[in-house]
Amino acid sequence: MTIDQHTHGHDHDHGDYDRGDHDHGSEVSEMQLRVRALESILTEKGYVDPKALDFIVDAYETKIGPHIGAGIVAKAWADPDFKRRLLDDATTAVASLGVASGRAVHLVAVENTLARHNIVVCTLCSCYPWEVLGLPPVWYKSAPYRSRAVIDPRGVLADFGVTLPAETEMRVWDSTAETRFIVVPMRPAGTEGWSEDKLAALVTRNSMIGTGLALTPAELAKAGT
Amino acid sequence: MNGVHDMGGMQGFGPVEPEENEPVFHAPWEGRALAMNRTMGALGLWNIDIGRFFREQLPPDVYLGSSYYRKWILGLEDLVVRYGLVGEDELAAGHTLHPPAAVKPKVTVAEAPKLLSRGSFERPATAPARFKAGDRVRMKNMHPEGHTRLPRYVRGHVGTIECVRGCHVFPDAVVAGRGEEPDWLYTVVFDGHELWGENGDPTLKVSVEAWEPYLDTA
Repeated sequence: MTIDQHTHGHDHDHGDYDRGDHDHGSEVSEMQLRVRALESILTEKGYVDPKALDFIVDAYETKIGPHIGAGIVAKAWADPDFKRRLLDDATTAVASLGVASGRAVHLVAVENTLARHNIVVCTLCSCYPWEVLGLPPVWYKSAPYRSRAVIDPRGVLADFGVTLPAETEMRVWDSTAETRFIVVPMRPAGTEGWSEDKLAALVTRNSMIGTGLALTPAELAKAGT
Repeated sequence: MNGVHDMGGMQGFGPVEPEENEPVFHAPWEGRALAMNRTMGALGLWNIDIGRFFREQLPPDVYLGSSYYRKWILGLEDLVVRYGLVGEDELAAGHTLHPPAAVKPKVTVAEAPKLLSRGSFERPATAPARFKAGDRVRMKNMHPEGHTRLPRYVRGHVGTIECVRGCHVFPDAVVAGRGEEPDWLYTVVFDGHELWGENGDPTLKVSVEAWEPYLDTA
């Protein structure tokens, strides 16, 4: 089917269902009713199985999240051979681990160093490496982040309380295709000899997007108290 | 389409506001919105690019004024109407008024795990790649009314091919109804000064993933 924007416009009236602007509070109740109605229509017509929806919701709430990426980063820190393979071809390297989400296609891992700091954004929508980080946080999908990351990354980092040396290269990856990016943050000092499990606790979600750094051992200890 | 979705480099949206201990979903309907989009997409009537284009076509005030999952639901409502799966009268009524359309069988619980990872968008090459790593390229100054993945902020600018990613489904073609028309995909990197002028951050480098039809020799 050809998708012609001129035949599919929003100039037509959508009957009784309103599409206007809403403040957040009224959006919640409006959307609960609206989504329930859509789900019941799609279910009655046999297009969706509510139990399949339950499975997907549960998977993202309980199984697929940034702990997957943290495990990958910790392994890269602990195992130089795995790190080489990850930076060379992340899809194949991650497939060798067998993650809960299955295969992470077109995955690219980029490494932070003293000379270069990587930041991932999707200016056109909200592309994000779901298979290894789970669903993106609201800020990642927001207009402030999508607009500003490519023109003022240091300003964005400041919003996260992160300041980097003036000479560090700011490398921003705009996810405009189906390639997905995960940042391998720098390994904090004082973690020599740590197990992968212990290292993984240092790897925050934001450090794998590039809006944060990995926790230091002192920060981890403070967070655990 | 030069829409409000194409946000790179826009100013005035204010600071980024991270939420402490953010939940995966902020309300139950958000999870249902996500899961319905995944399972309806699996019926194979539209692909990810067409889904994106439907969200991009939301009126600018609605796009900017809606949460992420609200945009997904508004886009899905438009998709199911456009593809003849649900009547506008049914959406307005909130229940079924007509028999279902003939479509592929619904995704079952047993099949749902497959939806947790994406399929590959890479396709066999039909021609050799025109560019290689290190080549200088100028992004086309193009303003199609349809769907494109070439952001406005790089159009007309000169960058360097950093990586050849393989031959991938070309979104502009899919949404225009021409089929996948796979083409070469490259990582093209730009200096901050090239994009943002002499006052831009001198340490900044920005890359986009760009299909060969977006590129000219510099």
